[in-house]
Amino acid sequence: MSALAFNQAVVRFGSATILGGTSLEIAPGEFVSVVGPTGCGKSTLLNLAAGLLAPSAGSVDCLGTKVSGINRRAGYLFQGESLMPWRNARDNVAAGLQFAGMSKAQSRAQAEAWLDRVGLHGAGDKYPHQMSGGMRKRAQLAQMLILDPDILLMDEPFSALDVQTRLMMENELLSLWQNSEGARKTVLFITHDLEEAIGLSDRVVVLSAGPSTTPIADFRIDLPRPRDVAEIRHTHAFQDMHAKIWDVLRDQVLKTYRRSVAA
Amino acid sequence: MTSLYRAILAGLLIGAWYLGSKTGVLSPLFFGRPSMIAAQVVEWFSTGEIWPHLAITLSETLMAFASGTTGGVLAGLWLGLSPRTLSVLDPFIKAANAMPRVILAPIFAMWFGLGMGSKVALGFTLVFFIVFFNVLQGVREVSPVVLNGTRMLGASRRQLLRHVYLPAAMSWVFSSLHISVGMAFVGAVIAEYLGSAAGVGYLILQAQGVFDVDAVFAGIAVLTACALALDALVTLAETKLLVWQPRADMPRDN
Repeated sequence: MSALAFNQAVVRFGSATILGGTSLEIAPGEFVSVVGPTGCGKSTLLNLAAGLLAPSAGSVDCLGTKVSGINRRAGYLFQGESLMPWRNARDNVAAGLQFAGMSKAQSRAQAEAWLDRVGLHGAGDKYPHQMSGGMRKRAQLAQMLILDPDILLMDEPFSALDVQTRLMMENELLSLWQNSEGARKTVLFITHDLEEAIGLSDRVVVLSAGPSTTPIADFRIDLPRPRDVAEIRHTHAFQDMHAKIWDVLRDQVLKTYRRSVAA
Repeated sequence: MTSLYRAILAGLLIGAWYLGSKTGVLSPLFFGRPSMIAAQVVEWFSTGEIWPHLAITLSETLMAFASGTTGGVLAGLWLGLSPRTLSVLDPFIKAANAMPRVILAPIFAMWFGLGMGSKVALGFTLVFFIVFFNVLQGVREVSPVVLNGTRMLGASRRQLLRHVYLPAAMSWVFSSLHISVGMAFVGAVIAEYLGSAAGVGYLILQAQGVFDVDAVFAGIAVLTACALALDALVTLAETKLLVWQPRADMPRDN
């Protein structure tokens, strides 16, 4: 059984078809990245899996059940600022547990533990506007992981961070993912950065340029784990992989680029 | 240094007023005399005559503020979350807001009598619309990312309302707090002035009736002092309640 399966999923907004009939299967415990040109509908794919968006045709299954409404098995790491600005870091992380009915004291204690695990020890009293971009991302990560979702959906989560912070966060994400108790979580990671995709993933899926985007290529990344995303870029295996995928991706990027220049 | 300049400026203004009234350039009949005004204020407080009036005006202000804010928040949340109802009601809301609502005072006096009810009602109509429009704006401008993020954390519709829409709206309510508290006060005083049996507005009306311009000015001075005190309280409440909002002077970690 797939952790996540898109079955000929189509998304239309009015007369525009964003996502053409898309089929994609992700096995449990797999780390899959989706790359594609800007604005091709990568986030749409993620919103379908999250249940924030219903497909116009086709369906999305999560662990054998059809997704309808918010997907409770999934956690979502957003590109933008999703923390509640009126809650401090601790209460933001504890929020999901509180929504599920856990007491304040108990949820806060768990939140503290998670803040420690994402490297935010002692930052529980800080409000989002008092934290740096990297700290806010860590808090978002803890906010998602505390609910122990089976599937992690990530929408270019580190794209707003500076390069160094980004590499740090990628490595920490990998170590959290690899060293988590119980079964390894399934990850669907959206990015426009091919190096990030290869460095993190077991599989990289390339989406075509929009409109009516569909997956056009699927690459297995057999680089050994554990990986250091900063180091691994210098290996031949990585660079070969990069060249192979970029061959496919380049045409799509150029297509999108030409269209944006022509418009 | 600034406070010294302020003291000098105040001294010059009051001094000129005093000299003008003393020499007859400013007729004391129309402009009063600062010394007499001060004496009136002192007399009101030393005899205690002012307290019941002040208590009434301030309770009216408080009730108008509380009811107007509650009403505005509820209506703003409701209509902010039901765009269709809002689009139907929109012209009515615009009309009600555009109407010079002070003119409702005589009607409220007929409906609710000359007691506190009619004063609270006028203050309510003034406060309600300020809060209502701010909450509406706040609900519309809730970040879709925060909203989706909270939904992904499993929040029910009710929890979204309580933990996202309400706090987002409240920050807009707080940003208009100075205006709405001021309006509650204005509503109370104006309604008193237009017909009442007690309150500082009533005192001013009485004084005007017997052409006691010193007492009119004394009433204005007391009201101004109260308005300033209310404003200071609001500032205090803001700094306590809005710790989560970024301010220009606050440092952040990087």
